[in-house]
Amino acid sequence: MRFGIYLIKKSIITVLLLLGVTFITFSLTRALPGDPALALVGQRASPEVIAAIRKQIGAGRPFIVQYLDYVRMLSRGQMGRSYSTRKEVLKEIEVKFPNTLKLALAAMLMAVPLGAGLGFWGAIRRGTRTDIFLSSISIAGISVPVFFSGLLLMLLVSLGLKLVPPSGTGGLRFLLLPAATLALPSAATLARVTRTMVLDVMDMPFVKTARAKGIGEWRVHFIHILRNALIPIVTVMGLDFGSYLNGAVLTETIFGWDGIGRYAVDGILRRDYPVVLGTILVGTAVFIVVNMMVDIAYHVLDPRVRVFNRKR
Amino acid sequence: MKLENIPLKGKIAALVLICIMALSVFAPLVYPYSPVSVDLNSLSQPPSFLSGHIFGTDQEGRDILARLLAGGKVSISVSFLAAFFAMTVGLAVGLAAGYFGGKVDAALMAVVDLILAFPSLLLAIGVSVVLPPGTLTVMLAIASVGWASFARLVRGHVLSIREAQFVDAARAIGASGPRIIWAHILPQCVPLVLTLMAVKLGGYIITEASLSFLGLGAQPPAATWGAMISQGIDYIYAAPWIAVLPGLAIAVTAFCFNMLGEALADSGYDLKAGKF
Repeated sequence: MRFGIYLIKKSIITVLLLLGVTFITFSLTRALPGDPALALVGQRASPEVIAAIRKQIGAGRPFIVQYLDYVRMLSRGQMGRSYSTRKEVLKEIEVKFPNTLKLALAAMLMAVPLGAGLGFWGAIRRGTRTDIFLSSISIAGISVPVFFSGLLLMLLVSLGLKLVPPSGTGGLRFLLLPAATLALPSAATLARVTRTMVLDVMDMPFVKTARAKGIGEWRVHFIHILRNALIPIVTVMGLDFGSYLNGAVLTETIFGWDGIGRYAVDGILRRDYPVVLGTILVGTAVFIVVNMMVDIAYHVLDPRVRVFNRKR
Repeated sequence: MKLENIPLKGKIAALVLICIMALSVFAPLVYPYSPVSVDLNSLSQPPSFLSGHIFGTDQEGRDILARLLAGGKVSISVSFLAAFFAMTVGLAVGLAAGYFGGKVDAALMAVVDLILAFPSLLLAIGVSVVLPPGTLTVMLAIASVGWASFARLVRGHVLSIREAQFVDAARAIGASGPRIIWAHILPQCVPLVLTLMAVKLGGYIITEASLSFLGLGAQPPAATWGAMISQGIDYIYAAPWIAVLPGLAIAVTAFCFNMLGEALADSGYDLKAGKF
């Protein structure tokens, strides 16, 4: 059962990594200038009220005690209450996280076929004008900040053509624009990676063999080349997931999408420590878990590099 | 990394970048409009050659070209300084981890993995909220996330050349550890690190713009490209040029940096797309 050992090992590392992340975030929030108690009740509150609130949120005690308290609370499955709305952070995240997930998945659904398709097309037309054009497009794709491409899309599709509402949270009509915005840079990255990987595979002897056997060009492309290029592409998709989280922060802010990216930014700007800690913890955990899944997928797809072989 | 090996697209991109930088430094000296002076007689004028405001004016009547030039100086210098800072720290950490190996390596790489595990924009936002908003803060925010990629790249390279014959030879003639690192290993890492710097600069331009878009960068009335977009959003229907022009400026600059980075990577240093 090497797979079991692998999972246990990974889980221990994940927990350590998450503890480290909470520690860094926690130190950052305690280093923030400004008093959260003051920010909560305003400047005109009486000193007694401020002192009471300060005591309530645990400010003023030694840093390490505060940190251990926080970890203890996490181990009970809680994340505390937001300073500004008094709502439980975990409950809020439970509401907002599915929205972000919906956004990220919709974006991925657009980005993967688009990126892989364009990259593949460029690779089989290597060196031609098509290839150069597609490469330039993909560099352009990673060069346009999402808050600008989102704005342009909003301007054209929503305000110009009046096809979908410009902002808000809801069904497919609301999802379309932010997902497309989020998909653009990721499709561009994927196109570049796919192109490189397909070029690598294309020169391998087994492709020549396949052609020599008289297999049709389409079959060679899709069964022999694309399947083998898929493995590294999956890895990069996982690594790229972090960019979805980054992109979500800005995209959700522009389109008024009620996800954890916007929740995090609001929390940071309002010095709402529990919100900041909770969202960053969840974001990082998702990132790590996705990478773990990619790791597993990688070893399922490529029998040569199994880390958890049943038999040696 | 010889100059003639760099593909044409890289040379063109470098040329455009030099033009942008030269313009943002020297053009304000001769351009008649100031980036911050408000002109209530010419609010939100569309771009035109006749009025003198070639790129038009914004909602407060400030000349957009002047603001673009001023913002360009901020964006590009902040990104360069951040890249330089990230490179220096990353180089030091990567050299130490790669050369000493063992526990030092494990500890340093654990920190690097930790940084790379963060959603980088959130971390940068976090850093720029801790420090008072401004250009220095943005630079530190970008560098405090960015050094990890450099450290990881340098460490890998040092591991591969640590066992090379010229290092053995240096050790055999009695060179000290610091001297081997400084005189023999470091020079081998420089071209690699410069390539990664070019690759990363495009992204740093965008991060700088994102942070100032969120209001964490240089404070008003100073002009930054990101802040110009966020101010222009309210007028996007009535006066789209206010937000669109700075957006184009960001896109063109980032495009050139990315093109240059790719050209450099093509000409000798394979950084494995997407890995750093």
